[in-house]
Formats: sequence, structure tokens, C-alpha cells
Amino acid sequence: MNKTLNHKAWFLVLPVFALVAFSAVVPLMTVVNYSVQDTFGNNQFFWNGVGWFAELLDPSRELGGRFFDALWRTLLFSAIILAIEIPLGIAVALAMPREGWTVALCLVLMALPLLIPWNVVGTIWQVFARGDIGLLGWVVNHLGIDYNYTGHSLDAWVTIIVMDVWHWTSLVALLCYAGLKSIPDAYYQAARIDGASRWAVFRTIQLPKMRRVLLIAVLLRFMDSFMIYTEPFVLTGGGPGNATTFLSIDLVKLALGQFDLGKAAAMSIVYNLIILAICWVFYTVMTNVDADRERVEA
Amino acid sequence: MARITLDHLAHAYKPDPRGPQDYALKEINHVWDQGGAYALLGPSGCGKTTLLNIISGLVHPTRGRIRFDERDVTELSTEARNIAQVFQFPVVYDTMSVRENLAFPLKNRGVPRDRTAARVEEIAHLLDLTRVLDRKARNLTADMKQKISLGRGLVRPDVAAILFDEPLTVIDPHLKWQLRSTLKEIHRALDITMIYVTHDQTEALTFADKVVVMHDGAVVQTGTPEELFERPAHTFVGHFIGSPGMNILPCRVDGATAYIENEPVSLTRAYRTLPQGQRIELGIRPEFVRLQERGDGLPVRVRRIDDIGRARIARVELAGNALAASVPETFAIDGDEAALAFDPRHVHIYADGHLVAGEPAR
Repeated sequence: MNKTLNHKAWFLVLPVFALVAFSAVVPLMTVVNYSVQDTFGNNQFFWNGVGWFAELLDPSRELGGRFFDALWRTLLFSAIILAIEIPLGIAVALAMPREGWTVALCLVLMALPLLIPWNVVGTIWQVFARGDIGLLGWVVNHLGIDYNYTGHSLDAWVTIIVMDVWHWTSLVALLCYAGLKSIPDAYYQAARIDGASRWAVFRTIQLPKMRRVLLIAVLLRFMDSFMIYTEPFVLTGGGPGNATTFLSIDLVKLALGQFDLGKAAAMSIVYNLIILAICWVFYTVMTNVDADRERVEA
Repeated sequence: MARITLDHLAHAYKPDPRGPQDYALKEINHVWDQGGAYALLGPSGCGKTTLLNIISGLVHPTRGRIRFDERDVTELSTEARNIAQVFQFPVVYDTMSVRENLAFPLKNRGVPRDRTAARVEEIAHLLDLTRVLDRKARNLTADMKQKISLGRGLVRPDVAAILFDEPLTVIDPHLKWQLRSTLKEIHRALDITMIYVTHDQTEALTFADKVVVMHDGAVVQTGTPEELFERPAHTFVGHFIGSPGMNILPCRVDGATAYIENEPVSLTRAYRTLPQGQRIELGIRPEFVRLQERGDGLPVRVRRIDDIGRARIARVELAGNALAASVPETFAIDGDEAALAFDPRHVHIYADGHLVAGEPAR
């Protein structure tokens, strides 16, 4: 069969190209443009080559120092979030009812935190955790614990982590629940006949069957927590000191607070590359899992 | 090793069943002899799987008892009964190798490692799984996986019975034969009771020594394949088994003669005391009907002749009733008039669906 060659078809995809150019390519190129220049205002720019990048990636310089501090902070935050939310989400999914009217009730209750806008979440917790008028802060203080998230870095971290767990564990739980629901009854029946314990059922049936949704959950939660901005910005503003200044917050401080466009542009490009690299690793791992599943050996 | 007795067993999925219509499984009394190869045959939704799950303990019956030999196991959990079950869709543990899969039931029961290893080798050899023992189970084909499911049942040395719940549904046709003969070999080699649920009559009749036919939650007949073929106890059995099924014709019976409309059919048995007010029907299998171009017999009109591979089936009409008749390869007629003769030894009379015995005619 001969394919019809008709270059007019390109006109049909032209609007999409135009849209993508304006929404992504042009802004990105602007950032690239800024990252290799320096400006002292008055719309005057001077060529700086890779100067900003060299400064950014050298921890002994001022810029590099704050960049790596923020990067380790963000990575630590993501690691803690994953370590708490993934096991907790699995546990919640396992505890959820399988049938009856309670299923719908549970699903709605679980979905509620996911429906709240980020800055509202931040505001809720900002008030909730205050020592003077917030229920949580007041109770904790009256239990004799000196708790103040605007004063102590540890308290600020704990508050942000608890807030994120409250906000996002349901997502993990809902994904796992979907994975659990897709396991046919025969597996559980076979396990009963084989005399498997509850733990063995989890290890040999439920966990392997949840593998793929878990990968997606890990990916989503990693990306989201690695890019977290709104909630800590509203809750702590990056403080006390720089204790909760994650990469995104630092970037905004640099770009809009200090108006160092060149440094900020270089930082956002590196930030972007880190995220792309991690995405690629996850993508490779996930497609390998699928390929492994589909390869039927003779 | 055990004889399995079902004693007044019945099951309803509703919490408080009122009438027979609420029961998925109507009262059943049956004994599965040790070492038998049974098939549980019936259409979808007739209660076969429910019965199977009750025997294995996955479902607790509403009424009645189950005994393995003299031991009452009704209240025992699945894992406490020495029963294995193979499901419609192959169940393998994804993360484990074939060897670990086969060892799993023994590991869970705390059998020493060396005994487990020896037993796994033995069963793998029996099922021809030796060369894939160290492969991941999830990468194997459906028939291999089904063998692994079966192997997990066989590996337990104390297992009294293996229950199969339509195990060949997802297997490729050319492998079905192979797997079925493997099952028969294992049955012969191990002297284990096997109960095989299916809705496929070929599977049931080739696998089993005894077939239990179920319909609408009740057992309608238990017998050897020959008995089911030659003396169906219920019109359902006649119709369900055989292809095409038995011809069932409404009739009127007077002594040793049946009348289809006004055409007389002579019988070898006499029916003097047929129940009043019930639907009386005559049943005859297509294989026992002889169609001739002319001669003695009931006048019929031939509608068409179907070639179904190993036989040819004539579709005819007798006094407004459709009938199937098996005809030889060479059969041909001019026009559509023909004469039909029944083999009187194979004509059965049914009242409201149930076979009536009658008494030998003088």
C-alpha cells in the first residue's frame, strides 16, 4: 500500500506547535538566555558565558553553598516523605473495606485532603499549629512540650512533614487500594488452601500485585515533594533562618527577592535537569518492569 | 485419603433463605468415593462452583454436614482440611520461582527443608516441570502455570482430594488435550479423589469415571458417561449431554404405545400409572433415530442436513415438532418426504422432566 504524501498535513499540527512554542519553548529559551548573561538594570545585558553555572556548582562559593544546602534539604525532605507516606498509604489501603456502603464513605473521606488547594492547606496548618490560638500548637504546648514552628527548625520540619503526610497519604492509599482491588479472589483462595499466613499473603500476593501502582505512587510523591513550594512558603516562609528553604523557595528568593536573574536562571536550569534525570530513571525502571512482565519465555 | 460425604448439604448466599428459590445449592446428599475421578457438569450458574467451594471450605454451607471418612469437617477452615483446589485462572506467586511455588504449601506448614525439596522434585518430575524449576513462575505460559497450581496441590502428601474449577478455560485448545491426559495419568498414579467442575460435556465425559450433572442448584443425575447417554434421568441431562442433545417431544402414552400428535410409537415398556396432570414427554437421542427415504415409519419432512464433522445430522419435522436424526454419510433423498423409525429400546418417557421407569411390556 502506498502512503499518501501530503505536506499540507503539517498545517493541521501548526497550531499545536505554536501553542507549545509560546507556552514552553519561548519561556525556556528566555531562561537559557538569562543564564549566560549578567545585567545591572536599564535593560543592559553583558555576556557571562558559563560563569553562573560555575559559581552555582562550586560549593565553596556563596551561590553554590546555598544551592547545595537547599538541594540536600529538599532531597532529605523527599526521602522522609517517601519513607512515611508509602508504607502508611499501603497500610491504610489494606485496612480499607472491600465492599459495602463504607467503601464510598472511605473513598470520599480519603479524597477530601486532595481537593484542598495548596495554599489553603498551608494556611490551615499555619493557624492549626500556632501556639497561642491554634488547636494543635496550644495542646502540644500545654502537654509540656516546648513547640514553636516559627522559632525551632526541628519543629518547623516536623510541622511541614506532618502537613504533607496529612495532605498526600490518601493519594498513595487510593492508588494502592486500586491495585489491591484488581487482585482476583482466586489468589486469596489459593493462598488459604496453601495455608499461607496473613504476612505471607501480603508478601507473596498483595505487594507484588501492587508493584506497578507503587512505582507510580513513588514517582508522583517524589516529584511533588521535590518541587514543594506553596505549603512551606505559606507556613514558614522558608524559616526559621533557612531551615525550611527548599530549592523552589530559594529559587524564588533569588529571582524575585534579589532580582539576580542570571543566577536564578542558571539555578532553574540545573533544577530542571535534576528533575528530568530522576524522571528518566523512574521511566526506565517502570518500562523495564513492564517488559519483564510481557516477556513470555518458551 | 478419604471418602467425602455430603449430608443434607444446602447453601444460600442470602442471610435468611425462605423458599427453595433462595438457595444457590439445593439440598444434596452425595458420597465421593476415595480415588474416584468425578466430573461436576452443568451450565454456568447451576451451583457447581458453590458446591466445590463448600467442599474445600472457602464457603460455609447454610445447612448440612461434610464428612471426610467419619470426621466432620464442616466447621474446619480451608487450611485445616486436606484439600487442594485448582482455579479457573492459573494462580502462581509472581515473585517466586517454580520451585518456590511448589514448595510454598509445605513451607507454610513447617515441613523440614530436605523433605520439601525431595517432594518438590518428585512432583515436578510427575508434571514434567523439572526443566523450568528455577524459572520465575510468572513468565511461563498459561498451561504451565495451571500445572504449577496443580503441583501445589499434589505436593502435600496428605491431600485427600483435588478440586478443579474449570481448569482448562484459559488453555489453548491443542494443549487442553495434553493437560487433560496429564490429569488422568496423575489420577491413575496417585489414587487421589479428583472432582472436576466444568460446563463442557466433552471434558467431563473424557475425564471422569462418574459424572454428576447439576441443574439449577440441584443434582439431577449421577452416573457413568454411558448411563448419562443411554438413560438420562431428566430431560435436562438428555438435552445437555450429546451433540445435538436428545429429542424431547410432547406425547400421550397409552400402555405400551406413545402418540406424538396422532402418530403411534411403540415402546418396549408399558406405562400404566403415569402421574396425572403432568407434562408427558418422549425422549430419544438422534443416534437412535433411523431416517429412510421411504418405508415404514413416521412421516416427516426433512428441513436440512448439517455436517458436524464426524456425523451428519438431519433436521426434520414431525407433526409440528423439530427433531434431529443422525444419518450416514451417504444419505441423500429426493424431495423432503421421508420416514422416521425410533429404536424402541432407547425411547424414554418423562413426566415433568423426570424419567418414568415403567414396567416391561408383555
